[in-house]
Amino acid sequence: MPGKLKAKIVAGRHLPVMDRASDLTDAFVEVKFGNTTFKTDVYPKSLNPQWNSGWFKFEVDDEDLQDEPLQITVLDHDTYSANDAIGKVYIDIDPLLCSEAATVISGWLPIYDTIHGIRGEINVLVKVDLFNDLNRFRQSSCGVKFFCTTSIPRCYRAVMVHGFVEELVVNEDPEYQWIDRIRTPRASNEARQRLISLMSGELQRKIGLKVLEMGGNAVVGYLQCFDLEGESGIVVRAIGTACTLEKLTNPPSNAQHTANSSPSKDIRESPAACVSGCRSSHSSPVHGAASRLAQGFSVSYPTLLFSGMGSGGSAGKEAGPLKTLLRQQTQTALEQREFPFFTLSSFPPGFLSHVGGVVSARSVKLLDRIHNPDEPETRDAWWEELRQEIKSHAKALGCHAVVGYSESTSICEEVCILSAAGTAAVLNCRFLQESCQDTLTEHRLSRQLPLFPSGSDKVEFDLGSSASLGCEDLAPPGCGFCHIPYDELNMPFPAQLSYCCCCRRAKVPDVLFTTIDLPTEATITGKGCLIQARLCRLKKKGQGEANATCISSLLPFMEYELHTQLLNKLKLRGMNALFGLRIQISVGENMLVGLASATGVYLSALPSPGGIQIAGKNPGDLSYEQHVSNMQRKINDTITKNRDIYQINPPEVVEEVIGSPIPEPRQRSRLFRSQSESSDELSELDLSHGKKDAFVLEIDDTDAVEDIHCLLTDAPTPPGFFSCNTEIMPGIHNWTSGLQMFTSVRVFRLSNANLTNQGLNKIFNELCENLLKSLYFKLRSMVPCCLCHLNFAVAVPEDELIQVAVTAVAMSFHKDQIQDSNKSGEDRTAMKVITEDQLQFPMELSAETTPAQLLSAAKNSGPSDCSTSGLARAPSVDYSSFADRCSTWIEQLRLRAHTIRRGSIKTTSSLERGSPLPDGRSRSLRSTRSFHGSSVAVVKMTPLSFIPGAKIIKYLGIINMFFIRETTSLREEGGVSGFLHTFIAEVFAMVRAHVAALGGNAVVSYSMKECVFMENPNKNQAQCLINVSGDAVIFTRETDLETSSTQLQAANPQSNEDTPA
Amino acid sequence: MSVELEVFVGNNTMMDEDVYQLWLDGYAVNDAVRLRMEAGELRDCDVSTDVVLSDTMDQFRTFQMCEKLLHSPSKLANQLLFQIPPQKQAMMIERYYQFDRPFAREVLGKKLSKGMKKDLDDISSKTGILVKSCRRQFDNFKRVFKVVEELQGPLVDNVQRHFLVSDSLAKDYAAIVFFANSRFETGKRKLQYLSFQDFAFCAGQLISYWTVGAVDKMMEDIDVDLEKEFLHNLKDLKVLINNKDMLDQHKSLVCAQLRGRIKVFSEMDANFKNLSRALVNIAANLTHNKDVRDLFIDLVEKFIEPCKSDKWPVGDLRLFLTHYTSTAHMLETFRYKPIWDRYMGVIKSCVLKMYHD
Repeated sequence: MPGKLKAKIVAGRHLPVMDRASDLTDAFVEVKFGNTTFKTDVYPKSLNPQWNSGWFKFEVDDEDLQDEPLQITVLDHDTYSANDAIGKVYIDIDPLLCSEAATVISGWLPIYDTIHGIRGEINVLVKVDLFNDLNRFRQSSCGVKFFCTTSIPRCYRAVMVHGFVEELVVNEDPEYQWIDRIRTPRASNEARQRLISLMSGELQRKIGLKVLEMGGNAVVGYLQCFDLEGESGIVVRAIGTACTLEKLTNPPSNAQHTANSSPSKDIRESPAACVSGCRSSHSSPVHGAASRLAQGFSVSYPTLLFSGMGSGGSAGKEAGPLKTLLRQQTQTALEQREFPFFTLSSFPPGFLSHVGGVVSARSVKLLDRIHNPDEPETRDAWWEELRQEIKSHAKALGCHAVVGYSESTSICEEVCILSAAGTAAVLNCRFLQESCQDTLTEHRLSRQLPLFPSGSDKVEFDLGSSASLGCEDLAPPGCGFCHIPYDELNMPFPAQLSYCCCCRRAKVPDVLFTTIDLPTEATITGKGCLIQARLCRLKKKGQGEANATCISSLLPFMEYELHTQLLNKLKLRGMNALFGLRIQISVGENMLVGLASATGVYLSALPSPGGIQIAGKNPGDLSYEQHVSNMQRKINDTITKNRDIYQINPPEVVEEVIGSPIPEPRQRSRLFRSQSESSDELSELDLSHGKKDAFVLEIDDTDAVEDIHCLLTDAPTPPGFFSCNTEIMPGIHNWTSGLQMFTSVRVFRLSNANLTNQGLNKIFNELCENLLKSLYFKLRSMVPCCLCHLNFAVAVPEDELIQVAVTAVAMSFHKDQIQDSNKSGEDRTAMKVITEDQLQFPMELSAETTPAQLLSAAKNSGPSDCSTSGLARAPSVDYSSFADRCSTWIEQLRLRAHTIRRGSIKTTSSLERGSPLPDGRSRSLRSTRSFHGSSVAVVKMTPLSFIPGAKIIKYLGIINMFFIRETTSLREEGGVSGFLHTFIAEVFAMVRAHVAALGGNAVVSYSMKECVFMENPNKNQAQCLINVSGDAVIFTRETDLETSSTQLQAANPQSNEDTPA
Repeated sequence: MSVELEVFVGNNTMMDEDVYQLWLDGYAVNDAVRLRMEAGELRDCDVSTDVVLSDTMDQFRTFQMCEKLLHSPSKLANQLLFQIPPQKQAMMIERYYQFDRPFAREVLGKKLSKGMKKDLDDISSKTGILVKSCRRQFDNFKRVFKVVEELQGPLVDNVQRHFLVSDSLAKDYAAIVFFANSRFETGKRKLQYLSFQDFAFCAGQLISYWTVGAVDKMMEDIDVDLEKEFLHNLKDLKVLINNKDMLDQHKSLVCAQLRGRIKVFSEMDANFKNLSRALVNIAANLTHNKDVRDLFIDLVEKFIEPCKSDKWPVGDLRLFLTHYTSTAHMLETFRYKPIWDRYMGVIKSCVLKMYHD
């Protein structure tokens, strides 16, 4: 009996009229957990009932606490017939099970009904008393924290990153044939909601168990998805990265300032974050009895590896052996893990040594229609297959790990495409070494130690020399991750290599594609932008195996074309790297739709991209030549214009700077050059036409014409707007607090039955472009602003429908400072525009700090700057995040400034609180409100892991909600748009209400995982299913940190005050 | 190929005040799009009609969803569906309850019943205000009326408390409620020259001085009705015209005061008895509901028109009314001075307000 769940039903408000005769409602509430149900008294004849119930107590296993939601049903009492349900509230009590998260759930929660939507609100109070030490339980994993955030959460530090965890749970779907059976009573949809709630609770618990087994206490980058497989059931699967997190006791800003002092010194002493080796996350399938999935037909096809294209390249002799050595060390370290995957997409600086490129794998599977409970579970096997493939791709790229890893599916009838993608990477060996010395597990890497001594000299030599570059000594962390991890003499694919433009010592590819966020230490030039490749391919309708074969034969072509488009568009913008790449291929009955989104940037380390050249096939024809040259001019103009827009103007400058002033590297680079093939030299001279890799498009090819068309039709973003699909926009730093998260959905009907591929492409392209235009128009009041984390989801819900759903956040930034950042194009992204003076002043600050402070601060600092191994000492100077240091200094300054001006700040905040309305009016406004004051707390939502200008001071737990809404009066609800508009607004409202009830004021890393919309206009019916997730947090503005922290303390045991009298 | 579905939902509800106004004005989506394109606010951003259309649709839908909440504005503050900053909420409410004065003028004094459908069409074609907007405004009147009708305490405060509108707007609503409740006749041809503001002013006067709440602020009574006792007492004023001596004396006192001070002295001298009779008769008849309703038409027909035909300047009229009221106090046998003042105070300001072309 490890837990006692207590719930109190306080009041209701805005209830619907259930009794037409009296225009009132006799409401009561059923509180259910597991198999126990309690009821409140009936509160007669009121739309605002005050139940003020006592505590309903459920004594339950903690296992159940994790799996089950608390179900609250509001009903209308009817003496003569059955009581009518008004609606329900599901409360996920998981956040209450972790001591560091929320302590109570209290507040107004919307009462939701699948047919009527939100029908009033209910005020509840929920608490949990756990009796025993949590960690001793086997079946439950209470206390394991979950984060959707794909980086180490802001107020934690990673003591250890254990690695990949995955799990899936399968069940039958109570109602999969929605449209046909849409008239079934809402009970079926409610059963569905409840089931999925249960399944995700169970899934989370099982993942938690694995984490505990690995010795971790948290899952970061938790990604949970539903596969609605129709007749074969529902699959709920999740992946994540197990970590041991430690809460930072001081505000992070203080903690991080360790870096202020000479890093090499205290870093030596600081406990290091490390990646513990080789714990297999995979366990035998743990699926419930309900597993009904049988393996059917399966087609895998060879996956393309992306990592730059082009031909030729010279081999650098120096870097080769070192690379190999590094690889060997780390590779073996990670090899013992079944899957060295990380769902994180941003990392502490220095964590990534090298990035190889995107690795992805897809396979087409046939979902079996026949229910056979005895058939062994196959979903695990499918995914394992895919993961193995990813792993081998990564290995081919000379990488031992995969970061920014994610998995997805697309299902149409019985065909299912499983996709997995990530970025092959070499992780910093020092992080791994750390684990050798520090980790206690039997799986640690001590076995690999003998390898190190031979390698360490080299490493020191190499990095040490880089330090001697003086002002350039920060270059290695800035460009290191760009250096190729694979062996140049034995490349996995043809790529054109050249010497790194930053350090001139290692080789880099000509382009780099990744699925991760731009590393904070990366040096970029100019700004980034959203780049999308869009593609539709028709396919014949088919059944079973034939259909699956058809799809799998189309997939490679689609990937190839998407890739080509991405590359062309990248070049057209004068950029050389893609981050946050996400390729989605959705399957419909008669077409495949592919959408690749990424954020393009110019990595200073990589060579300047060549232009795009157009070649005609029959050069004799004069008018034809003219046509070609016209087009060429257009493309060249666009490139020039884009360089201007994104402020990309580095290449020549960079080469000079590096070339001349410092003698040693120059000699070196010359040496290298002379060693390298002469073809390089030649091409470098020919700058006017770009480099020799200039992409040649042959215009006779109809595809090429189409490609060119595609290239040129992408409308430029309107002035004042930027967009990206990564967390932050490379090159923009000065965010204001202006924040607008939004979801936009469009469904397009293709009425024309005989479309060609080109026609389809054009339509799809326009659909996406128009959607973007529409977003820019709507958000024009926020200019200058950047649309961040633009996340497109494509689906083909029906024969001739294409659905695109976008969730993103618009963030405005200060215009004046945009100029500064322009100038400092070479600045690191994380640096908040640092001027020389600013850099010096903080130095003084750091000098004031006492050693003790430093020590404690170092302990609390992120894993980035910690490393104990003797080997790494010298290089660690460079690796400790310079950028972080700078921003920390500034934060410190701010804090100080605010401490001094605290009084004045208080006054301003009180002024803000004052009502802008005339006196008399505000009086009356207040008088009508319930005593909550402004009653509804503002809850911010953002898909990013942070809130600009604010500090997240507490993570309250994961929000993972699933809703179904149906209607049988579509026209009356404003048609499909009206229906969906209401539903999305309701989902937002419910997320906000649950966050507020947990005591939070924001959701970070918010995402809409699923938005399945189906309609049947003839029957006046529609149905929609939405799954959202995120992390509930408490944040404070940096400006009122002082005042609010005290408020917060008062607010924490707020529960009782919050309830209406 | 066509767009089947198109929605945009922000965590903070997004709305453009201009679009809101178009919606309030009752424009259909397509007309609103046309107007927006023509308005020029969008000229500097290069947008297509499609984009404006989808934006307009989104906003109109949002407004439609908010409309239910706007019907009881206090709900807007503690609903969860839309995250709207308080200033924006106040703006939405204020604008929603704002009305076109020409429209209000048409409806003034009419029974706010359901049978207005056809009338609304007529008003719409007469005033040029779109039917949809007329409907909203009319429904607002009805809603406010229904809520406030049964409440005790000051009318303006009640309107403000329940509908969270600004002070001036609450006063206008009080006038509308007051007129609708007492069903004052305002539609006659002879009253057409009077604007909504004129009547609203008169309503304000009546509410302030002739209702129960006017006498005793502490009295928890309905502010909407005229005080019965007062109306009954007005009968006593008849003595001013029935008693010949008193009438003559009154006239000579007024004449003494005004001689040489007004241009229309001779006309006043000739007409005094008629004018005085008119005013006192109006007062005396206010015990009948019918006559209360006809208050304004009576004032126009029996008092304002005769003055107008004699071309009284407004200044002269003011002087006359001032002294006509004050000299009554000098009549020794006249015992109803408080009632007289209460009556004439309101009549004077109403007449002066109504005395224009």
